Amino acid sequence: MLHVSFLYFEGCPSHELALERLRQVLAEEGIEAEVEVVKVETDTQAEQLRFMGSPTILVEGRDIDPLPPSVQFALTCRIYCREDGRISPLPSPELIRRSLRAAVVRAAAGR
Amino acid sequence: MSNLKIGDKAIAFDLPGVDGKRHSLAGYAGKELVIVIFTCNHCPYARAWEDRFVQIQADYAAKGVQLLAISSNDAVKHPDDSFPKMQERAAEKGFNFPYLYDESQEVARAYGAQRTPEVFVFDKNRTMRYQGTVDDNYEEPASVKTPYLRQAIDAVLAGKTAPTPETAAVGCTIKWK
Repeated sequence: MLHVSFLYFEGCPSHELALERLRQVLAEEGIEAEVEVVKVETDTQAEQLRFMGSPTILVEGRDIDPLPPSVQFALTCRIYCREDGRISPLPSPELIRRSLRAAVVRAAAGR
Repeated sequence: MSNLKIGDKAIAFDLPGVDGKRHSLAGYAGKELVIVIFTCNHCPYARAWEDRFVQIQADYAAKGVQLLAISSNDAVKHPDDSFPKMQERAAEKGFNFPYLYDESQEVARAYGAQRTPEVFVFDKNRTMRYQGTVDDNYEEPASVKTPYLRQAIDAVLAGKTAPTPETAAVGCTIKWK
């Protein structure tokens, strides 16, 4: 079973929709996963969790949209790039899907 | 919830702009309508709507409408919201309105702004006539069904009440120090 971490902070207006989107893609792909929902509440916690913004989705510990190391850890909203090049506060279903599929392949290969 | 109610007067401010000049609300006394938008550089919602800010200013400038954008975010924790970055963004996006820096966050606190973007519309007497969001679809401009801000501008310019005077602002929280 895959382990998926969903990190968010309360001030983010898109976290509920993002979590819903994650669950929907998991259902569509028929992937069994343990989804751990983590509410990041302080800047200290953001540093400890290396939280680069809300929402953050980690599949088996890997960020579905890795950010450069220069990004600061903070209680802030994240920007995702859609397939059409526009920015969005939400990860696209395709981005989530690609990460999940890659994780399934890795798991099957025993990596 | 903002500190202002529909019918309240605008709160004065005097802030530095990315153009190197100071801008006060009083300096726009001759404008028919002033739109104060609390916004910022980094918030994806603000970024999704900012082209529409430019378009609104372009569409209504000849009717005496003036948009004033204010960023109040803490730039220490959020360096993308620093004043130099504000200057870059204004140049990159061709902002046709003043983009002002509320470094002390006093103006945001006075207005009771909570989100970016959050819109306050004032008529020629600087009475608040609309407060809230820009429209009902931050993601797809072509799919907007209710352009709340444009509706408010059209109504106020025509001497009428905005059809929806108050809406919930949609966006990131203002990043307080």
